[in-house]
Amino acid sequence: MKAAGETLLALLAQFAVLSLLAFGGANGVVPEMHRQAVAVHHWMSDRDFTTLFAIAQAAPGPNVLIATLVGWKAAGIPGALVATLAMCGPSCVLTYFAARVWDRHRDAPWRKALAAGLAPVAVGLVAATAWLLVRAADRDVALALITAATAAVIGFTRLNPLWCLAAAAGLGLWRGL
Amino acid sequence: MDIEDRPDSRPTARTLGLTFLGVALSGFGGVLPFARRALVDRRRWLTEADFNETLALCQSLPGPNIVNLSVVVGSRFAGVGGAFAGVAGLLAAPVILVLCLATLWARFGASGRIPAAIDGLGAAAAGLVVATALKMARPILSRAPAGGGAIIGCVFVAVGVARAPLIAVLAVAAPVSVFIAWRRRPGGQG
Repeated sequence: MKAAGETLLALLAQFAVLSLLAFGGANGVVPEMHRQAVAVHHWMSDRDFTTLFAIAQAAPGPNVLIATLVGWKAAGIPGALVATLAMCGPSCVLTYFAARVWDRHRDAPWRKALAAGLAPVAVGLVAATAWLLVRAADRDVALALITAATAAVIGFTRLNPLWCLAAAAGLGLWRGL
Repeated sequence: MDIEDRPDSRPTARTLGLTFLGVALSGFGGVLPFARRALVDRRRWLTEADFNETLALCQSLPGPNIVNLSVVVGSRFAGVGGAFAGVAGLLAAPVILVLCLATLWARFGASGRIPAAIDGLGAAAAGLVVATALKMARPILSRAPAGGGAIIGCVFVAVGVARAPLIAVLAVAAPVSVFIAWRRRPGGQG
């Protein structure tokens, strides 16, 4: 039981910190989640992580579900709950108070500068996540083509991503024949 | 009937929770468009401008953007209780569903041709994040191609390629980028 408690504590500490670093949302800190879960704590393999990320994307709901699944893989249902709450708690508290300050300084120029300055940082983080996932998921040319096609379709049309996920799973099945 | 007919009434914590529950469950492949539809078009709790303004705040803060949005909207109308209701409504059902999916994967993921299907799914999920990065980059690159592009590139290389510690990258990149944006503001120097 001691080991399980230690895993829960590690999840709590890791995700509470990531919560406050997650510029660009949960997708901004996926490389750090991956590093901790695969390389540092050995909770799962590289391939497991890619699969869990795909499952999180396929389920309805916010991107934060990848944290839920990392917690689940590490320590079952309690781990899932701890990781989810730790990933949301600190940033929710910060947001609660920041919203008040933000409203009070409606026209302050620093507000625009802050938003405009943090936006490219968030894009860089999400791009790093994309790169990590591309390298982990695209183990052959056909899979790389699926990634490229999905990126093009979703990047340049308004199609619901679920169609791409379903088509890709279907293609995978067909390839596996 | 319900609040849809009375756009000016203040929603209770319960209504907020149920609304975000509906948003979460319709949000296959991205919750944001559904949140906009529910809060602006259907409930009329926020105007389009309010929504964009609130979203800009939530995207500037760390943490899951849409969870932050539920905190801001929930607390604006119903205080701390509203914030809790919004977050709980948004998270409860998706967490249960995703755990069901993961349990199915744990039981059947290795059998038959399922692994091949999951490989395809993983490749598409990677493509979704590539698309997200492209969509996020577009307005920045058209507004500030040099400064914005340089920051995006540096953060990408530091975190994605060099695998530098996230906290160190943020400690350098965030202040530098905000400073550049401050200098670019109308009336600013440079």
